[in-house]
Amino acid sequence: MEQTPLWEVFVRARRGLSHTHVGSLHAPDAELALRNARDLYTRRQEGVSIWVVPAGAIIASSPDEKDAFFDPAADKVYRHPTFYEVPDGVAHL
Amino acid sequence: MNGPLDFTLGLGDDALIAAQRLAEWTTRAPEMEEDIALTNIALDQLGAARLLLSYAGELEGAGRDEDALAYLRDDRQFRNVLLVELPNGDFAVTMAKLFFLAAYQLPLYTALAGCADERLAAIGAKARKESAYHLDHGALWVKRLGDGTEESHRRMQAAVDQVWPYTHELFAADPAAPVDPATLRSAFDDSVGPVLAEATLTRPESRWAPVGGRTGVHTEHLSYLLAEMQVLHRAHPGAKW
Amino acid sequence: MYGNDFSAPDDAAGGGLLGEVEAAEAELREAAGRQRRGGPAPDEDLAAYFTEVIDAEQKIEPRDWMPEAYRRTLIRQIAQHAHSEIIGMQPEGNWISRAPSLKRKAILLAKVQDEAGHGLYLYAAAETLGISRDELVRLLLDGRQKYSSIFNYPTLTWADMGAIGWLVDGAAIVNQVPLCRCSYGPYARAMIRVCKEESFHQRQGYEILHTLAHGTPAQQAMAQDAVDRWWYPSLAMFGPPDGNSTHSAQSMAWKIKRFSNDDLRQRFVDMCVQQAEILGLRIPDDDLRWNEERQAYDYTQPDYDELMRVISGDGPCNRERMAHRRAAHADGAWVREAAAAYAAKRAGQKEKVAA
Repeated sequence: MEQTPLWEVFVRARRGLSHTHVGSLHAPDAELALRNARDLYTRRQEGVSIWVVPAGAIIASSPDEKDAFFDPAADKVYRHPTFYEVPDGVAHL
Repeated sequence: MNGPLDFTLGLGDDALIAAQRLAEWTTRAPEMEEDIALTNIALDQLGAARLLLSYAGELEGAGRDEDALAYLRDDRQFRNVLLVELPNGDFAVTMAKLFFLAAYQLPLYTALAGCADERLAAIGAKARKESAYHLDHGALWVKRLGDGTEESHRRMQAAVDQVWPYTHELFAADPAAPVDPATLRSAFDDSVGPVLAEATLTRPESRWAPVGGRTGVHTEHLSYLLAEMQVLHRAHPGAKW
Repeated sequence: MYGNDFSAPDDAAGGGLLGEVEAAEAELREAAGRQRRGGPAPDEDLAAYFTEVIDAEQKIEPRDWMPEAYRRTLIRQIAQHAHSEIIGMQPEGNWISRAPSLKRKAILLAKVQDEAGHGLYLYAAAETLGISRDELVRLLLDGRQKYSSIFNYPTLTWADMGAIGWLVDGAAIVNQVPLCRCSYGPYARAMIRVCKEESFHQRQGYEILHTLAHGTPAQQAMAQDAVDRWWYPSLAMFGPPDGNSTHSAQSMAWKIKRFSNDDLRQRFVDMCVQQAEILGLRIPDDDLRWNEERQAYDYTQPDYDELMRVISGDGPCNRERMAHRRAAHADGAWVREAAAAYAAKRAGQKEKVAA
């Protein structure tokens, strides 16, 4: 028999937070994967919402590409509000 | 049955014996993820059993706590339905038992949540959410086994055929009880029917309908279960653990 | 015993070992926050790059280049750890049906369930190294990978549940807490989760023994008997003495392992002495005494020949543990096949999973 598919599990810990990767598990289909994720990763009230994603559906960037992917953003400080000087006394900006 | 004491004791014993049987799967489940799932359900049942037996002890007023009721009664004094004491059999039999029990406990606890007895209502409100998950889990596997391979279909149909006769006892009328089980039959049929159909399983015809659990006349299996469950507690009378 | 890069355990939240786990987690975040350049340059020496990451206390992640021996060592270690969790369910699982109160039954069920969960977290961490869980399970069932020798001892009385929690889980925690700072990211993160969840395991065992030790004479005798049987096998859990340990030096250099076997064993003994006094139970070692010069307890070493015999398959329960695991796997085959067949029939049908 083929290997049971691998699923990556993401849990939203509380309302208002984003889903965070917590680990992986095996399940033959999505319905079981979701329930297995509930039983395995939320035994201690760790979550209010779960995503399961087939591991094969995740396309990961390679560490070799890290510079090309992420360094170009490093010199674009003007994207952050702290780049700008605000004259004294200006409120609500 | 006689009012809320017998009723509460019956529900508590159902949950306790179901938990004891489910816990037998620990370290033996068909897949490690399922080991965890079955233990979760066992823990739910055990939690409900403790609440119900503690309350039964209070209703009785003879100073018996959950452990006195669980460990120091003989099989003739247990009030659980026969279905829960049946041996686990293979995974299909266990899923048939789980599915039918949940299809009964869900409407039961839901109705209990609205009953006049506050304690029972609180237990019902808590337990019905757990039962909803048990029903979901049971249905999920009944479908997969029923509509899986030839072998799994054969095993699942055999399991349904084996367990089905014991479902009738769940709905024996008791108009004096906080919730009359007879009123739950249609909800049970509504949740069981479509799942069996989707699972390509045949619902057995209703003929033989064994009863006796609620009056303490059990199958031969219960006293073995209790012998194992109670052996240590009984070997040390009065000890604390 | 701690490096000075490490906050004092008692200052950390929770204190003690749990505090160390939280410190390790904070350190992991802090290391992640330190600015580092990206991946290796195209012409850079990969081995030098790998060493630089390790030396900087950064984590190696699944898609990073790593020496083949590092990968193999981690697969072996994480897999053995996972197998130990799964096989380790059996000795305690043996008493679930007979737990002497409903409260104890619930606690024991939850604990054994945690062990299954921890096995799965660890298999998942091993899988990030490019080996499948099916392969790992096969290696276990074929006897080609080991699990901790301690689980080959029988649980004869209820007090063994207490001794396992106090001594076996206690030794495991001493072993595992440093692994929260392991250089391989997925293993370190899995261990942080495992250690946090295990914090109740040791306490429930200690509580069982404390209750028994203050109970009837029969219960007291049961408790002492359990400690007598589990003490030396627990000491042996730290592995052979440093001189004879085959994998230690390289693992220390790679920061997979942080302390030597003997250091961890000493630490465990030092922790247990006072805990035993409070229990009112005797550690079965006539030569156990405080050494002022070393600021540590002198103690009798476990029988390492016995350890080797048990590891090689001749412990009291090796055959039963493996037979049990093989039977569960074989008996479940038709269920797994059914689930796969059902999934295949429905493949293509869209299933809504997003919340």
